[in-house]
Amino acid sequence: MNHPSISTELSSLLLSSPSIDQIGALERIARIQSRSIKGAAKLQGLRMALSMIDLTTLEGKDTTGKVRQMCYKAQHLHDQADGLPTVAAVCVYPSFVAEAKKALGTSGIKVASVSTAFPSGQASFEIKRLDTQFAIDNGADEIDMVISRGRFLSGDYQFVYDEIAAIKAICGPVRLKVIFETGELDTLDQVRRVSDLAIGAGADFIKTSTGKIQPAATFPVVLTMLGAIKDHFDKTGQMVGMKPAGGISSSKLALQHLLMVKEVLGEAWLTNEYYRFGASSLANDLLMQYQKQLTGRYQSATYFSID
Amino acid sequence: MEILKTYKLYIGGQFPRTESGRSYLVSSLAGEPLANACLASRKDIRNAVQVARKAHGAWAAKTALNRSQIIYRIAEMLEARKGQFIDELSEAGFGMEEANAEILSCIDRCVYYAGWADKFQALISSVNPVASSHFNFSTPEPMGVVGVLACQNTPLIGFISQILPIIIGGNTVVVLANSKMPLSAISFCEVLATSDVPGGVVNVLTGSIDELLPTLASHMDVNALSLATVSNMPKVFEAQELAIENLKRTQLLVHDFKNQDAQGMEFITDFQEIKTTWHPIEQIAGGAGAY
Repeated sequence: MNHPSISTELSSLLLSSPSIDQIGALERIARIQSRSIKGAAKLQGLRMALSMIDLTTLEGKDTTGKVRQMCYKAQHLHDQADGLPTVAAVCVYPSFVAEAKKALGTSGIKVASVSTAFPSGQASFEIKRLDTQFAIDNGADEIDMVISRGRFLSGDYQFVYDEIAAIKAICGPVRLKVIFETGELDTLDQVRRVSDLAIGAGADFIKTSTGKIQPAATFPVVLTMLGAIKDHFDKTGQMVGMKPAGGISSSKLALQHLLMVKEVLGEAWLTNEYYRFGASSLANDLLMQYQKQLTGRYQSATYFSID
Repeated sequence: MEILKTYKLYIGGQFPRTESGRSYLVSSLAGEPLANACLASRKDIRNAVQVARKAHGAWAAKTALNRSQIIYRIAEMLEARKGQFIDELSEAGFGMEEANAEILSCIDRCVYYAGWADKFQALISSVNPVASSHFNFSTPEPMGVVGVLACQNTPLIGFISQILPIIIGGNTVVVLANSKMPLSAISFCEVLATSDVPGGVVNVLTGSIDELLPTLASHMDVNALSLATVSNMPKVFEAQELAIENLKRTQLLVHDFKNQDAQGMEFITDFQEIKTTWHPIEQIAGGAGAY
């Protein structure tokens, strides 16, 4: 097999990418997960998690009606409760960006669009370029692209790097999130390598998964990606955002993720400018826990809007 | 050296320890230590209600005949293991005769409610006369998740007499067992686990009624309550008040559960909602309606 040629820039990036101590990562996670957050801190954590959600619908059966309904939910999480934030963004397919933009109006909630032949990423660059351009032309504030996992796994790092850089060039000021689909990458070393690669190529955010493949945003994977963000910040002073997506459906998990961010990256990342949850069912669980904290009663899904 | 067994909870078809890690000593009527039981916490209630809710759809969707077969299976399993239950009660300080009578009436009650499973619907359903072109009929539906405060005077017959009519109608239950005598109820869960009763249909917690009952009664995802009277009546009244928020139906039981009057169709229908359906019918050429 011909080894694809690699630029000196990328080669030094990959050479400095460390390997991950999996046992150490698991121990650190176990320690974080053993902590419990209660009372006022829990309320604040729940509100924070809500404000970081990218409310998502990425189904073949999506309709404009479904997207409008989700945009309403994004603005009115639970009107009976006071002091709730809105979610950070809604995340849809490019064909629904215009509809979402219209439905969200002046609410300040951003519209994120997946692109580059999501979820597989198996298309020509020309199609990926048009896909991205179409979303941006329709008003997308953020682009969630997928990397070419096949190319990455076969060692064609330059291809993956150039592709991200090219999409970033199209995005300009539009925030670019790069989805790795870590469930297909198998090892933490691979996750770390692709994180360094994507950050080097200009990603504003790195994101675990499409939500279509299990496992998705597991703790070891997220910890590894946070480590890459931290090292990049220490080296360059630039802050890159993090978005775990898929599998975070309970408040408990969400709060543990926030703890991990605080511990690894510090408080500067605890805002939706730098941290997001890609989720659909998480919002209602957070709302139910929030109401439980306020009323002392365990809640029922019956009293919360579906989406 | 004799080791005291620690009885666990029964949640979702599994026997987990309490999330809180706590336990308490259970003694015989004469005050001899018998075993340890889990001192359940509010979070155990939350977990139990969650799995009971999840189990409800499939349990309610089973045919009445199938539920009947499953309840009858409980009777068979209990029959096969009645020696163990009688021994357990006599160790707890009950006389042999009393223990024997209690277990036999438990088996009877299973067979009794297994028989009701596919019959009560016909007795309380109706076709209603209406002055329009509609076929109008009313049928019972299960309420959902029912919280049960089990009888605090008997080890098993009260417990069984309360839960059977609730589950035979398609509801799922979260039960607070007899606090002082919880062991037979947990042993009975071993029977449930081997009787084709799907996990999550019956969930049993042991511990302090004072601590657990308010959480169960105030839970918004519990649809109804069955409260057997206890010595601490103010706690029962508090539970009734907490139940108001989401309009839980509340059943208060003062029966001596060994008696025949502690069984009957009304114990089933206490936890059924009546649904009335208006089905349009066609009137052809001004002819009289078919119904």
